[in-house]
Amino acid sequence: MKFGVVVFPGSNCDLDAYHLVRDVLYEQVEYIRYDVHSLGNYDLIILPGGFTYGDYLRSGAIAARTPVIGAVKDFAGRGGLVLGICNGFQVLTEAGLLPGALYRNDNLQFRCRQVYVRVENAGLPFTRASSRGDLLKMPVAHGDGNYYAPPGLLRELEEKKQVVFRYADQSGELTARANPNGSVDNICGVSNRTGNVLGLMPHPERAAQKALGSADGLVIFESVAEYFKSREVQGGA
Amino acid sequence: MENSLKALGFSAVRRVRVGKYLELILHASGREEAAAQVEEMSRRLLSNPVIEDFSYTLQEAGL
Repeated sequence: MKFGVVVFPGSNCDLDAYHLVRDVLYEQVEYIRYDVHSLGNYDLIILPGGFTYGDYLRSGAIAARTPVIGAVKDFAGRGGLVLGICNGFQVLTEAGLLPGALYRNDNLQFRCRQVYVRVENAGLPFTRASSRGDLLKMPVAHGDGNYYAPPGLLRELEEKKQVVFRYADQSGELTARANPNGSVDNICGVSNRTGNVLGLMPHPERAAQKALGSADGLVIFESVAEYFKSREVQGGA
Repeated sequence: MENSLKALGFSAVRRVRVGKYLELILHASGREEAAAQVEEMSRRLLSNPVIEDFSYTLQEAGL
């Protein structure tokens, strides 16, 4: 597999994502600059965390209007897999590739801590190696992670199974205490309608090695690997 | 903020909300063109329609 990690001015988890792919997954990886107008051949594009353009105007707003996002839209339109982590999730909502928006945390504080994330839809290329209800321990680190979708859109997301991850407590209950930022219905990860674009506020790349306190985030990348393997098998048949 | 204002004795305060205020100068042939430009930039970048509304006023800068 070949991964691409998009680097904007102000990205700061780009190296983490690169490290994950090269040193943990042992796959190919390249950085992609924010000012390119077309993309090479990639299996998965990662939009990493950070503070692109200093979070001016709104988190992710400026990055969402850079040339590379036009290319990412084309890539996603052809069914390519795109994963936005933290600020990458904000960029994808601002770009209109994912529904909803991310507000300032309701407590007005930057929240940096471990959370438990419950898998709500295990049928996506990003989650197929997990099961519905699985709990993944991952860190969050953000000030603008308060997911919002208006009521009509929220119903639609539920119907189309676009709610992929929710904050839960250690026993899997969706409590207010487990929710670090006031996100509506504890939502912390959503996909587009076709399921090939995923955004989430927690950091799976920072929870991919036991030495980091959790390797639960790996399941997302194992799922992607499984997805491509199954396609190869189908293609060969 | 509401609590803070009340603590300072502004007990009449009923509701506080924070928004964004932007000022920009642009070249346009007239008010109509200026309004069209401002609306489009507000829609495409300056506001996020999922969580924000916008309104604007125009003023001749005389540059």
